[in-house]
Amino acid sequence: MKLTLRIWRQHDPDAPGGMAAYDVEGISPDMSFLEMLDTLNERLTVEGQDPVAFDHDCREGICGACSLVINGEAHGPERTTSCQLHMRSFRDGDTIDVEPWRAAAFPVVRDLVVDRGAFDRIIQSGGYVSVPTGAAPEAHATPVPKAAADSAFEHAECIGCGACVAACPNGSAMLFTSAKVNHLGALPQGAPERETRVLDMVAQMDAEGFGGCTLTGECATACPKGIPLTSITAMNREWLRASRKVPRG
Amino acid sequence: MSNPTAYADYTTGEPLADTKAPEGPVEDRWDTRRFTAKLVNPANRRRHTVIVVGTGLAGGSAGATLAEQGYHVVQFCYQDSPRRAHSIAAQGGINAAKNYRNDGDSIHRLFYDTVKGGDFRSRESNVHRLAQISVEIIDQCVAQGVPFAREYGGLLDTRSFGGVQVSRTFYARGQTGQQLLLGAYQALSRQIAAGNVEMHARTEMLDLIVVDGRARGIVARDLVSGEITTHFADAVVLASGGYGNVFYLSTNAMNSNATAIWRAHRRGAHFANPCFTQIHPTCIPRTGDHQSKLTLMSESLRNDGRIWVPRAAGDTRPAAEIPEDERDYYLERIYPSFGNLVPRDIASRAAKNVCDEGRGVGPGGQGVYLDFADAIARLGRKAVEERYGNLFEMYERITAENPYEVPMRIYPAVHYTMGGLWVDYDLQTTIPGLFAIGEANFSDHGANRLGASALMQGLADGYFVLPATVNDYLARNPGHDTPGPEHPAVAAAVAETRERLHRLVGVDGDRSADSFHREIGELMWEYCGMSRNAEGLRKALDRIPQIREEFWRRIKVPGTEGEFNQSLERANRIVDYLELAELMCLDALHRAESCGGHFREESQTPDGEAARRDEEFGYAAAWEFTGTGRAPVLHREDLVFAYVHPTQRSYA
Amino acid sequence: MAVSGLVMLLYLVVHMYGNLKIFFGPGTFDGYAHWLRTLGEPFFHYEWALWIIRTGLVAAVVAHGVCAYQLSRRDIRSRPVGYVHRRARSSYATRTMRWGGVILALFIVWHILDLTTGTVQRGFVPGHPYHNVVAAFHDWWNNVIYIAAMLALGLHIRHGFWSAAQTLGAGSATRDRVLKGTANVLALLLTAGFIAVPVGVMTGLVS
Repeated sequence: MKLTLRIWRQHDPDAPGGMAAYDVEGISPDMSFLEMLDTLNERLTVEGQDPVAFDHDCREGICGACSLVINGEAHGPERTTSCQLHMRSFRDGDTIDVEPWRAAAFPVVRDLVVDRGAFDRIIQSGGYVSVPTGAAPEAHATPVPKAAADSAFEHAECIGCGACVAACPNGSAMLFTSAKVNHLGALPQGAPERETRVLDMVAQMDAEGFGGCTLTGECATACPKGIPLTSITAMNREWLRASRKVPRG
Repeated sequence: MSNPTAYADYTTGEPLADTKAPEGPVEDRWDTRRFTAKLVNPANRRRHTVIVVGTGLAGGSAGATLAEQGYHVVQFCYQDSPRRAHSIAAQGGINAAKNYRNDGDSIHRLFYDTVKGGDFRSRESNVHRLAQISVEIIDQCVAQGVPFAREYGGLLDTRSFGGVQVSRTFYARGQTGQQLLLGAYQALSRQIAAGNVEMHARTEMLDLIVVDGRARGIVARDLVSGEITTHFADAVVLASGGYGNVFYLSTNAMNSNATAIWRAHRRGAHFANPCFTQIHPTCIPRTGDHQSKLTLMSESLRNDGRIWVPRAAGDTRPAAEIPEDERDYYLERIYPSFGNLVPRDIASRAAKNVCDEGRGVGPGGQGVYLDFADAIARLGRKAVEERYGNLFEMYERITAENPYEVPMRIYPAVHYTMGGLWVDYDLQTTIPGLFAIGEANFSDHGANRLGASALMQGLADGYFVLPATVNDYLARNPGHDTPGPEHPAVAAAVAETRERLHRLVGVDGDRSADSFHREIGELMWEYCGMSRNAEGLRKALDRIPQIREEFWRRIKVPGTEGEFNQSLERANRIVDYLELAELMCLDALHRAESCGGHFREESQTPDGEAARRDEEFGYAAAWEFTGTGRAPVLHREDLVFAYVHPTQRSYA
Repeated sequence: MAVSGLVMLLYLVVHMYGNLKIFFGPGTFDGYAHWLRTLGEPFFHYEWALWIIRTGLVAAVVAHGVCAYQLSRRDIRSRPVGYVHRRARSSYATRTMRWGGVILALFIVWHILDLTTGTVQRGFVPGHPYHNVVAAFHDWWNNVIYIAAMLALGLHIRHGFWSAAQTLGAGSATRDRVLKGTANVLALLLTAGFIAVPVGVMTGLVS
């Protein structure tokens, strides 16, 4: 396959950026999208040009590092991560636009690499169960109904890639936040901190400068792990419930 | 340049012994050790700083637990977030001797299975402790909200896994590693928010600072700004994972690397059993030269899938057209009692053998079938989908083949490294104050790791073992002054790091870092992969210094040191692979026996099975660094088996 | 947004119901309009109830508008650099909420000037709503304005109702189809119900 890539190049957070065009040849349909970028980078390196910086690590679709907006869609046309997108999804001769996640809360570090520290801070604000090592009761002390365990798992699958934010026309992080709120909220282990968790995490999310949710559903459409849009509804319910129970101030 | 044959002329130094495991019955040793350990007054803990490198299962759990105990933790990861460490990719599950199934499991059986599975090259004290702690890990993780699979009664589900006959593996669909890691990450996040952990993401350790014989800090590079920084502590913990990426193609993450442990090795930490590499039997075969990594398919697939190849060599018919009597279900044929569930090393080697006979399937004949037709007929497609749905999807996404209709093709790939920094029972390396946990150390898996044991070991080390033993070390070594940047050892480490990076950028050659990585990887796969022989290993030992020399002549690193530079990150890691590869080959050459994942063609039984030679090689080989390309010194730690008596493994 | 939106939605349902009385002739329609003004008597004085409702409505409209403005500002701020290549994957109704809302706000102003105060209508006779409606829809361009606005309203409600349910936490995986269905029915019913009046005038059914 022969392709034309137009890639966002930006040297550092303060530098101006722009799209640059590159032709790549000899692309196999079996290559992953990132392997296609490897091919380009190999050539740029040998030619003495700066290779394209992009985040990636496991290349199995689970670490959540890869983060490319491909032809205007977070992670590209398939419902998967950029690393699991294969070139067979494109046609010979295609022009492909590659851009970084765009959000004020995810500033560009370089080229296609962004800083997603805001996600870590949202988790730090309450996305955990406070159980110091050694303090745990016997695992079978609290049976968990299978439905609750399955629901928790469904939300716990979030890989924190940020595609939801990238896809959202408002740059909102509701789906990410709600996935963690609902994962822990579904389990008896998460119940004691249920109210403070949702209030603190939503407050932190707002403080990070993410946009507001207007339920466009683009987040859930882009989510490579299929976190459902109803996750946001469930968090709204939790938040309203918690606001009533916990006096704010 | 050094003379390659000189490297193989290693010398033998003083034997090494673990002085920390107490005497007495194996089941009492951990209790005894914890009792004899000195404690640091809780009020004084805040004054002690512990550096933790890595945020995987071992590092994440250790950082969180040390912080909970009151220590000031300074933690590093090269990823943009601690949640992305490669533990996240572990699929299958985590073992624990809970015996919830009442199927005859016990701590002793897990201990026995692990020692036997490791082909009698691990230390009994450590393995027994691991089995004991396994039980607490499950409790801890459940309390954190890890959504393990459950049965309708609300109790935890388990399955049997990889070469054992009890059902002791806890799992969260095919994403157990992810869920356990997120548990540790969340515990760590809580401590970051509380100000007890100072987290440095996108920061890579490039050297260890040793002052007066003790580990006192690290030299790191901020991967965003390129700035070289120094960090000081009273103890340093390496939880940086394994070194499987030396093979270029492996199931490791692209950026997993050996730099932290190799730099520690260069500073005096002995490296044990570097040749013990695990080749995982169920990976998706490679499709071409563009391949950047290999993807593992959980071993749990072997519970229901049947492995076969055509009976005749060169049979290129599609699988569906090969009649039943022309198929060879070779694992079931050779190992009737374990069948498709034989340990990983055996399954991998058997796959290699049939492919070497020309009976492999798929492009290049480098693959065997893993067939679910029988399972679908027996259990129904729905049940199979429930068990393996996500794995089947992943397979189809990568290969564009539907495994419900066409058998999967699998081939072995490098997956895990049992070797690592030598540690004693306290997980302390030969440098006082330097600890190694998780895959970074060599301790618990001997020559072969059983399925679902890596997660167990990482968390056992991080949550339970290390926090107890670091406590003891800090109690016995209180009140050191922080060495300043002007201290000669610190200045030297910083200067060496700067010089190395500067040199990499300065070569301005014509080959990319990846091209060298691929070259060394192919060499290692060829000569130090699934089966090894003296001639091949010598060839590799001849070739590695040449590649190293060429590397320093022809490497091309665009950009500068003082900026975000992924090419520089890669090139710098390859510098270390080019030395580590040499030690792996030497270790494989010196160990003229077959054991576990290390198969020496010269040492096999008449029917082609691995033949261990306990009298000569019943030891862990710990290597001492003497200089790049210079023969290292071998220190033997004799392994004593008082509880599990070495037998030739038999899975027939 | 959700609460004020639902208040307006409730009002619209009643409003549409009242509008349809026009098909029963001037007597019924004007009588209904008169009743609205005497609602709650003798406890309330003439038109008090109506003004209470109007005040509530204005509050809802203002709250909805202010929230929309704040939300939009926040959303625009959250993505200072946009995509060069953008492909939306949400529905048309969803994507047009912001500008659809602006269109509806302008329409409300027009609607009041047209049929409540009569400022923009020639031949407006206070106290004779039937006459005024018929007169208003004699102009073809006014029909276009009303019909276009009602289509915008339908789209706005289609996403708005479902979205409000999610905001208030009323949605769930099992209830989603019901909520989406209700939103569609409401949108369709209100659009059709409101459009029926100008169409009725145009076709001579109401004259």
